[in-house]
Amino acid sequence: MNTAARTDVRSRFTLSRDVMQAFYRLLGVVLLCAILATLSDVFLTTNNILNVLRQSALLFLMASGLTLVILTAGLDLSIGANVALSACLAASVIKITGSPLLGMATGIGCGAVIGLANGILVTALRIPSFIATYGMMWMLTGVTYYYMAGETIHGFPPEFRQLGSGYLLGVPMPVYVMVLFLLIGGLFAQRTVWGQQIYAIGANPVTARLSGVPVERRLVLVYAVSGAMAGLASLIILARINSAQGDIGEDLTLPAIAAVLVGGTSLFGGSGTVAGTLIGALILTLVLNGMNLLQINSSWQPLVTGVIVLLAVWIDTRARRIGE
Amino acid sequence: MSTRGFSLAALPVARVPGVAIVLVVLCAGFGVTSPGFATPANIANILTQSTILLLLALPMTVIIMTEGLDLSIGAVLTFASIVLAVTVIATGSPTLAFLAALGVGLCFGLGNGVLIAVFDIPPFITTLGTLGIAQGLSLLVTDGQSVVGIPRSIEQIYSGTAAGIPFPIIIAALAYFITHALLYHTRFGTYVFALGGNREALRVAGISVRGMLIRVYVFGGLMAGFAALLMTARLNSAHPTAGIGMEFDAIAAVAVGGTSFERGNGWLLGTLLGVIAVGVLRNGLNLLAVPSSVQVACIGALVIVALFIDGMRAER
Repeated sequence: MNTAARTDVRSRFTLSRDVMQAFYRLLGVVLLCAILATLSDVFLTTNNILNVLRQSALLFLMASGLTLVILTAGLDLSIGANVALSACLAASVIKITGSPLLGMATGIGCGAVIGLANGILVTALRIPSFIATYGMMWMLTGVTYYYMAGETIHGFPPEFRQLGSGYLLGVPMPVYVMVLFLLIGGLFAQRTVWGQQIYAIGANPVTARLSGVPVERRLVLVYAVSGAMAGLASLIILARINSAQGDIGEDLTLPAIAAVLVGGTSLFGGSGTVAGTLIGALILTLVLNGMNLLQINSSWQPLVTGVIVLLAVWIDTRARRIGE
Repeated sequence: MSTRGFSLAALPVARVPGVAIVLVVLCAGFGVTSPGFATPANIANILTQSTILLLLALPMTVIIMTEGLDLSIGAVLTFASIVLAVTVIATGSPTLAFLAALGVGLCFGLGNGVLIAVFDIPPFITTLGTLGIAQGLSLLVTDGQSVVGIPRSIEQIYSGTAAGIPFPIIIAALAYFITHALLYHTRFGTYVFALGGNREALRVAGISVRGMLIRVYVFGGLMAGFAALLMTARLNSAHPTAGIGMEFDAIAAVAVGGTSFERGNGWLLGTLLGVIAVGVLRNGLNLLAVPSSVQVACIGALVIVALFIDGMRAER
């Protein structure tokens, strides 16, 4: 009974810490907005705000699946290349069959199959996740460039384009998709047994296994979900820019990783939330959008994203050391 | 650790280094399928072209032996090459330009080392971050354009020969023997083996683990600076995307060469053979007119197969 009481206290304590962390991050969002509104006249226009929301929706979709992977102390470096191949295949299918539904199934299916392959490499072949998904990234890039052969596929049916550039009640469609997956992802991670098992694997895989968690199967699931989310994101990009090219997702992996880490998910696994990743995606988008508005050369973007990743992990490392 | 029945290591074929089998299979395959492969000129070509990769794969072996990774080495190579080109064009002094390239390598190596050893950030994420930084700097300095107009004195470093042996081969051979001596005949090398295999023993023995790790990454940065000299000389220009993905070829060479990612077992000769295997694969596929995109996919598959075999051997 004593133990039960103690666990209770601790869980309340961690909850309040989570809430405080989310509060600080939201404060960061508000601060960023205030700074950008002062520096740029364009920032507070309806158009730009909708644009920021649309961009962060895209980043969130990729980052939400990645959050689950990082919760298990893994990493998926292949999501950008996954987006590229999924988008190109989906574009081909839409062009050939004329059916957006088939195209969407292809995009998500392709993403999920790639994720499944990652999961098998990590579990059955026991390759460390960062190196397995890094190898996967180069394989996918190679396959995509070969498949596209420098061509561009463009011009999709208007009903498909609604998914990326349409509005409902004045709000861009991707934002609805974002909210939907925020709910699904949040409920899955916090309120289901499988979600809790994912946290357990990240916190301590050995304990998780001894407690009867089917570690391998959950890991495969997590990588497959990450891949499927990349496939979904590829559809939104496709619908938004109305064309597919081999290099479509190349610059998205690092920002997605940054969004997850800035959102408070620990690279070492076991702690973090999908909602936090949403805030992370918002912060990242605001930074990149702000740089655009202030007409800072886009070459600064990989540099700034790299610095943000390093800062986020450093803070995480320090917090863990203090926690111990 | 686990004690299952099947043991790959017990098979006689497992005694032969995997990389030797890979190399023989590749050479035989390409020798049969393309007539231009097994000519002296082409073999010399493969060896010369492999030199830049070797300069990256040598420190990558040492880094991976410490259970680390350097994803930034290709981007650092690119940025160092750009700094070298810009400096030689601005000052006209190849020596100064070379020192500038080494300086870039030193800074990034030191940065990686400090972030990993002092700030305790995992190597793969540290070097992913510095990859972004180096890539951003390359784009900023060049604005996405090639840097051209490099004096002939630089170009000759790649095309020149001494006693009939191409300069790049001499440089690569020197680098190999220096790394070999460092790894197998100095205290530094002994500590590197211990960093991957038994870090606690180093600590107990009073060795500064942090200092050792920093030195390992600085070595990587400096070698990227040397490689930048060869690459700039080879291309006779510097380009912001020239070295992107080179880190992957280097990781592939190390993995195929039999260095383990998880237990600090390294084999430098294996890396040399791995570099040649990657070079043969690229060259052979080129001769067969296979697009470079498919070559990248093949190398990706090669890495995964190599790691799979490594995992099978380790486990039993």
